[in-house]
Amino acid sequence: MSAIQPPAETIWWKQPLDRVEGTWIGIALVWSLFMFFMMPIWHIYGKQNLSNEAYRTTPQAYMAKTQAMVNQYTIRTETAANLPVVRPPPGSDVYLLGRLWQWWPLLELEKGQSYRLHISSMDWQHGFSLQPVNINTQILPGYEMVMTITPDTAGDQTIICNEFCGLGHHNMTGKIYVVEGGQ
Amino acid sequence: MSNELFRACPESGLQFHKPAELLMRSNAVLAVVILLFGGVMALLVTLTRWPAVHLLPADRFYQMLTLHGVNMLIFWIITFEIALLYFCSSTLLRCRLATPKIAWLGFALMLTGIIVNNAAVLNGDASVMMTSYVPMPANPNFYLGLILFAVGALLGCFVFLGTLVIAKEEKTYEGSIPLVTFGALTACIIAVFTIASGAVILIPTYLWSIGYINNIDAAMYRLVWWALGHSSQQINVAAHVSVWYAIAAIVFGARPLSEKVSRTAFFLYIAFLQLASAHHLLVDPGLSSEWKIFNTSYAMYLAVLASMVHGLTVPGSIEVAQRAKGYTNGLFQWLRKAPWGNPVFSGMFLSLIGFGFIGGISGVVMGTEQINIIIHNTIYVPGHFHATVVIGTTLAFMSLTYFLIPTLFRKQVMLPGLARIQPYLFGGGMMVFTMAMMGAGTLGVQRRHFDMAFTDAVIGFDYPASAYTFMGIVGISGVAAVIGGAIYILVTVLSVFLGKPVGSESSYGFTTSTLMRAEPVAVPDGGHAAAGKWGFAAPGTFLLAIFFLAIFVLYYAVNWKYLASVWPMS
Ligand code: HEM
Ligand SMILES: [Cu+2]
Ligand SMILES: [Cu+2]
Repeated sequence: MSAIQPPAETIWWKQPLDRVEGTWIGIALVWSLFMFFMMPIWHIYGKQNLSNEAYRTTPQAYMAKTQAMVNQYTIRTETAANLPVVRPPPGSDVYLLGRLWQWWPLLELEKGQSYRLHISSMDWQHGFSLQPVNINTQILPGYEMVMTITPDTAGDQTIICNEFCGLGHHNMTGKIYVVEGGQ
Repeated sequence: MSNELFRACPESGLQFHKPAELLMRSNAVLAVVILLFGGVMALLVTLTRWPAVHLLPADRFYQMLTLHGVNMLIFWIITFEIALLYFCSSTLLRCRLATPKIAWLGFALMLTGIIVNNAAVLNGDASVMMTSYVPMPANPNFYLGLILFAVGALLGCFVFLGTLVIAKEEKTYEGSIPLVTFGALTACIIAVFTIASGAVILIPTYLWSIGYINNIDAAMYRLVWWALGHSSQQINVAAHVSVWYAIAAIVFGARPLSEKVSRTAFFLYIAFLQLASAHHLLVDPGLSSEWKIFNTSYAMYLAVLASMVHGLTVPGSIEVAQRAKGYTNGLFQWLRKAPWGNPVFSGMFLSLIGFGFIGGISGVVMGTEQINIIIHNTIYVPGHFHATVVIGTTLAFMSLTYFLIPTLFRKQVMLPGLARIQPYLFGGGMMVFTMAMMGAGTLGVQRRHFDMAFTDAVIGFDYPASAYTFMGIVGISGVAAVIGGAIYILVTVLSVFLGKPVGSESSYGFTTSTLMRAEPVAVPDGGHAAAGKWGFAAPGTFLLAIFFLAIFVLYYAVNWKYLASVWPMS
């Protein structure tokens, strides 16, 4: 009987598999398991993994930490809005915040050095998208995400917001400058 | 039980319960009206994302995008699915529909919900996208409309389940329910879970929006919202896979290769559905990698395995049926001799290919924990899901419609010439559209984004010229697909409301030879393998499956390589 009629054999579960099905199930299962184990393997041998480090925070507390870093390490200001450009020492904790509608402050990092980058939102959900290197993460209010990044290409990277956050969403940008060490 | 309540369709052999028939028709018509509305938004949104046209202003774009997402993904698909549930229970089991009054109440609630939700967005203060991520606020009616719609759909699910119970009690069929009904049952069970998750998140959000609750945690919202948002995609997969099986049966008289395998594959969908929400949260703060890996893979990709099985058994059953009819030359004569001019078949087959090759592969790749870092929220994501819900689900439903017009609506299909090219225009346009979106997404173009040129941003960014080319292709192919969608609506509406009644079998047009009067293929002695090769009943399908796997493996590897080139991070 066809698929829109009750099965012809009432005890259909005893009907043997066709060889083509059995073979394909075997192949597909092996591939599925391979893909599954790729993920833990990449945690061990791969270099691009998100950390699991995150903390609950509040916009006020996070703002205070960011402001302290800006006060200490600002090296210049840019654009008509006088946005601070901050150059924290390699290895240090770097704070970036997203708010309607900018990423603040601008950062200057040294190529080849590692930084502990903290990101949080002051208001709604935002998306951290670093272009052109193409790193994307979700930024939530109330959560402080921490990841260790090691910029290994010099040049400008633009931070674009890629979670819809209202009318100014497409204007929400920021900057990470990556400079050669010693400059 | 009075027989006046039933109408037999002489040509197809189907039997319709009249109250159920009216409900199916009403749900299907409502669905098509929503598709029309969502399609207008699709055109506006596409023309805005086409950089050379950039049609709408920003606020309108976000408003139209919200309308497009909600109407298409939730209202069109689920309303059509309710019609499908009634068909798979009442019609396929030749049984009266349980409690038609409750079904009508469900219909009324769904309609009300649709109106309330759309009115809120049109009002201008609910352009929050279908996901309505807190704490971005929306007009409370936005959530209220969704809740009303969900309650209505839930009633529809209960009517379906009730009908199964009645059919069993009144013994309207022998043995087990048909495979297609089993698939619909899978969809229904998932729908109940989905709607429950929806209630858990949308009701508090509604209360929050009217001021009764102070705060909703953003991470918790995402976790529960996606238990709704992704599980509902599992409903769609279960539903359109059932439609594939149904069309294989209708057009070819194909029988499942084995009931056991196909049913187990459906069961796997149910077993792992609650894990699905994870792959939307792969780059969210506050969740552990172990949790992400286990859940994004639906427990070691067993649900993916299920889809790969259906992907083989559906065309495999067609191959077996065709071989039994004598198309045994070589590996692919069965496919060459398939009725490519019949949109019931061509739409279904394009749906299968597009869903598997484009939607399936991209979905698994971007749902890999680490690879998601280079894809999350880029326009790659809508590229992926237009391959699943548009080429997969929507196109499958469209092709089934060409069968329902003569059988359920008893009308001849008008404009058969246009109907014949419709699946190619819609499916082909969408295939180009989705792959171009993936290309642009790989270059970092964002989804839900009004201006890839950053004209008004304090700090700008220049995408490479190739990204603009991809978005231009998105625009052109999107318009082609919209025209394909418009033809579907034109043919359906004209046929249903102005078409000539079906009189004789010959007036069915291209579906003449395709109705299920076609006897199911009988199993020859020694099984089907004799008509195949290498001891395989469906060697051509097997080769196609291996080809699919080769592309899958290659593309998977390419993406790991791309990931390895981005900054080290830990
Ligand atoms: C010819 C048909 C269609 C075209 C040309 C089209 C085009 C588009 C475009 C350009 C976007 C915007 C992408 C972005 O900027 O983020 C979009 C979003 C979307 N589309 Fe379609 N679409 C079509 C049909 C459909 C159908 C049939 C469905 C569902 C069944 C659908 C579901 C969605 C969803 C869920 C979104 C995401 C909305 C959001 O981000 O909230 N589309 N579509
Ligand atoms: Cu933002
Ligand atoms: Cu944004």
